[in-house]
Amino acid sequence: MSAPLSGDLAQIGKSVVIKGELSGSEDLYVDGQVEGSISLKGNSLTVGPNGQVKASVEAKGVVVQGKLEGNVQASDRVELRKSAVVTGDIATQRISIEEGAYLKGKVDIQGKADKAAGK
Amino acid sequence: MASVSQNFMKLFRGSSSGSQTAATSSSQKLTRRSSGLGELTRLWESDAQLCVLDLGSTSAANIRYFTERGHRIYSEDLLVASTEPGLVTKDEEGKVILDSRKFLADNLVYPAAHFDVVLCWNLPDYLDESLVRPVMGRLWSVLKPQGMLLAFFHTKDAGPDSPCYRFHIVEKDVLEMQKIVLKRESRRGPTGAIHTAISDGFRLQRVFNNRHIETLFRDFASIKFFLARDNVREVLVVR
Repeated sequence: MSAPLSGDLAQIGKSVVIKGELSGSEDLYVDGQVEGSISLKGNSLTVGPNGQVKASVEAKGVVVQGKLEGNVQASDRVELRKSAVVTGDIATQRISIEEGAYLKGKVDIQGKADKAAGK
Repeated sequence: MASVSQNFMKLFRGSSSGSQTAATSSSQKLTRRSSGLGELTRLWESDAQLCVLDLGSTSAANIRYFTERGHRIYSEDLLVASTEPGLVTKDEEGKVILDSRKFLADNLVYPAAHFDVVLCWNLPDYLDESLVRPVMGRLWSVLKPQGMLLAFFHTKDAGPDSPCYRFHIVEKDVLEMQKIVLKRESRRGPTGAIHTAISDGFRLQRVFNNRHIETLFRDFASIKFFLARDNVREVLVVR
């Protein structure tokens, strides 16, 4: 599966390994390895089928096709595709999980009121 | 390797028949009424926010069911977790077992008295012998006092090839059952023959009789049995 093409999409290829804090204001596609934290508050993170992310994630939307280990805070939605393996707690407004996806963790569906109150 | 569980199965080996045989199609989804789930419905419909632990395969339907009602749900697939190759060890007699301490160091790691409800589904019937009692002990500790646990057990009429299902909550007392088909060869299980020798799913490890079930849950305050028509006993226990 190839990464979606977009003018505002940063990509981390499958041979790339990054350790540290990642933050930005554009969508991010990770098909390599990232360890640390990812903060994309107004944008989306996609973990590709080869992606291996060990990080706390804060983003507007999160799509997982590969492996993600860490807590996820998504202000809009989280999508776990059928090949997703996620270990960590998920807090979001909406979530979709394809059959075959693996999740170990808590799912917390937050309404806008919850988010505003910082719950 | 002839394990205790395999020998135990020989005592109870029966033929798969009736509804069980009809359920073996991998793509087929069955529905069944669940009296145990129906009993729990009173909890779901209450105003209190519950903390629920689902130990079956990750189910979007179950997550939606509980989150729509304002409850918190945790998902942890212990059967898949038990196939981790690093768990394989040997006991004092040299028999291959799974390391329950390591398993519990990596799984079911929650504060004491954290959950109102644990949905065990058919986990005890398919979990490796060396993990069953330690896991039940841990589940007792993470349940709140008066917390409830729902588990399904095959009766002696179930054969060893009874398919392992994932369970999706459809209505208050209706479950959709879907045969688990393992995706990867690596999920066959660390001990090979003991756990998941068949290539596409988990294998029934044993059949508990009523006394075994009572012993398994002896630390719990009460136990209630529901006998279903599909060779399954539902058990609802209260801590």
